[in-house]
Amino acid sequence: MKTRPNSTLLDVQDLHAYYGKSHILQGVNFHVGEGEVVSLLGRNGSGRSTTLKAIMGLVPPTSGRVLLEGRDLVGDRSYKICKSGVGYIPEEREIFANLTVDENLCMGQQPAHSGIPEWTVEKMFDYFPRLKERRNTKAGNLSGGEQQMLTMCRTLLGNPKILLIDEPTEGLAPKIVTVVEEAIKDIHQRGVSIVLVEQKLAIALKVSSHVCVMGHGRIVFEGTPDELTGNSKLLTEWLAV
Amino acid sequence: MEYFTISLLNGTVYGLLLFMVSAGLTLIFGMMGVLNFAHTSFYMLGAYFAYTLQKYISFWPSIILATVLAGGGGIVVERYFLRRVHRYGHAHELLLTFGLSYIIAELIKLFYGNYPTNYRVPESLHFSAFQIFGTDYPVYRLLMGGISLGMFLLVYLLLSRTRVGIVVRSAIYRPRMAEALGHNVPLVFMGVFGVGAALAGLAGAVAGAFYTTNPNMALELGVIVFVVVVVGGLGSLEGAMLASLIIGLSSSFAVGIDLSLVDLFAFFGAGEWAQGLGGLMELKVSSLSATIPFALMLIILLVRPSGLLGEKG
Repeated sequence: MKTRPNSTLLDVQDLHAYYGKSHILQGVNFHVGEGEVVSLLGRNGSGRSTTLKAIMGLVPPTSGRVLLEGRDLVGDRSYKICKSGVGYIPEEREIFANLTVDENLCMGQQPAHSGIPEWTVEKMFDYFPRLKERRNTKAGNLSGGEQQMLTMCRTLLGNPKILLIDEPTEGLAPKIVTVVEEAIKDIHQRGVSIVLVEQKLAIALKVSSHVCVMGHGRIVFEGTPDELTGNSKLLTEWLAV
Repeated sequence: MEYFTISLLNGTVYGLLLFMVSAGLTLIFGMMGVLNFAHTSFYMLGAYFAYTLQKYISFWPSIILATVLAGGGGIVVERYFLRRVHRYGHAHELLLTFGLSYIIAELIKLFYGNYPTNYRVPESLHFSAFQIFGTDYPVYRLLMGGISLGMFLLVYLLLSRTRVGIVVRSAIYRPRMAEALGHNVPLVFMGVFGVGAALAGLAGAVAGAFYTTNPNMALELGVIVFVVVVVGGLGSLEGAMLASLIIGLSSSFAVGIDLSLVDLFAFFGAGEWAQGLGGLMELKVSSLSATIPFALMLIILLVRPSGLLGEKG
């Protein structure tokens, strides 16, 4: 069994959050080591997306702690959380449709943190040459796949230490799913830690080093991808549709 | 021809002035969803500030200082009033600005009296730019138009060419995402509010000397500015410019048109019949000039509710 890295980058402790009156996160506990890809799995409504939003400060946690390199982020505004090194790629993509591709990328740019390789617009265009061709196009006119690439690039240009990615392959053509999958692997190889929420189990298992299964707003299982696939009871109870 | 040229000039200048006031209102609405009832109060404050300062310093410095003061007032309103009620929703923000507009108007009456002030174009600027069909055209009108046009260009370049502009435009569209990408959106909002108030203040300081500076000027202009913003499309700067010019020109032309529907029918040989009907038929376009902007707004709301260049529904 692969051991987890010694140094913890992100530590989520007993996180609670509400949407109106419904108690969505009921004490979420997990951590992400330096250079790890951790997947949050589970059915719709299990609280995976809300966990990412709560870390980012977009849904205010009511209690618990989110430690990034030991510093608690709970209570900070999301622009501060971003500046401390957390990048968020939302499921809805949230591109600025009224802005061009270049302008969207400009929105994401933040100074690099020391010790992490810096992302540049040119590097992004190497990844996704298609975006370079369309750099002066209004982002609203891009295809779904191109929008997904744009939203990934935009967040990466913030030079995050850890990336929160919500359903990156949702609604994409199979060919583009592969591109996104490769990109995630490559981002990881460059030393960025990742928390991934992914509906497609096969992809999540392929790219992650550690998986957490969520149910009813809690983590109900933690382990390696192999441990998860070997546990059929767990798969049927928490993941099968 | 004379009527046409002069109406065109006057209408354009008036339209440009309307733009200077409505630019801030439309940007603030687009970004924060706040329909700022107190927006034209900054226009009035600008005029009164400039009028007061002129007793101590010369014309142009007092215009600049009045602009800065109005902008500062805007920042205070956003930071210490609006931001506090923001979490209670737009209705509270609307009521707050509504109340504020009354308080500002009453304060002005308290200090300056409920009558027009003696704020005038300085003698040094009181000359004609050129003669047109034998009448002098005042240079000050051209100055007002020039300042408004300059401001439009400045704001347009700022929004389209700078990173600050990109942040503002994206925060209009998706404030939460802009914040998640590391931008302090509340600070941006405060800045836009301040700039919007400053623009309105500048318009007031400049126009107050030409038209009249009185405690009702905010209310009078406020109504027209709302029409501009609705017709142009809430949140659209270009739309505000287009609508300002349309409304400026249509009001300017309408004042001088002494025709009614009777004349239209007369053109087809049915003049006497129309005359016989009376009522609406005999109403002259000139007497309707104040109604035209509202009729335009009504049509826009029926045909294209998002406004001429509005993106948001």
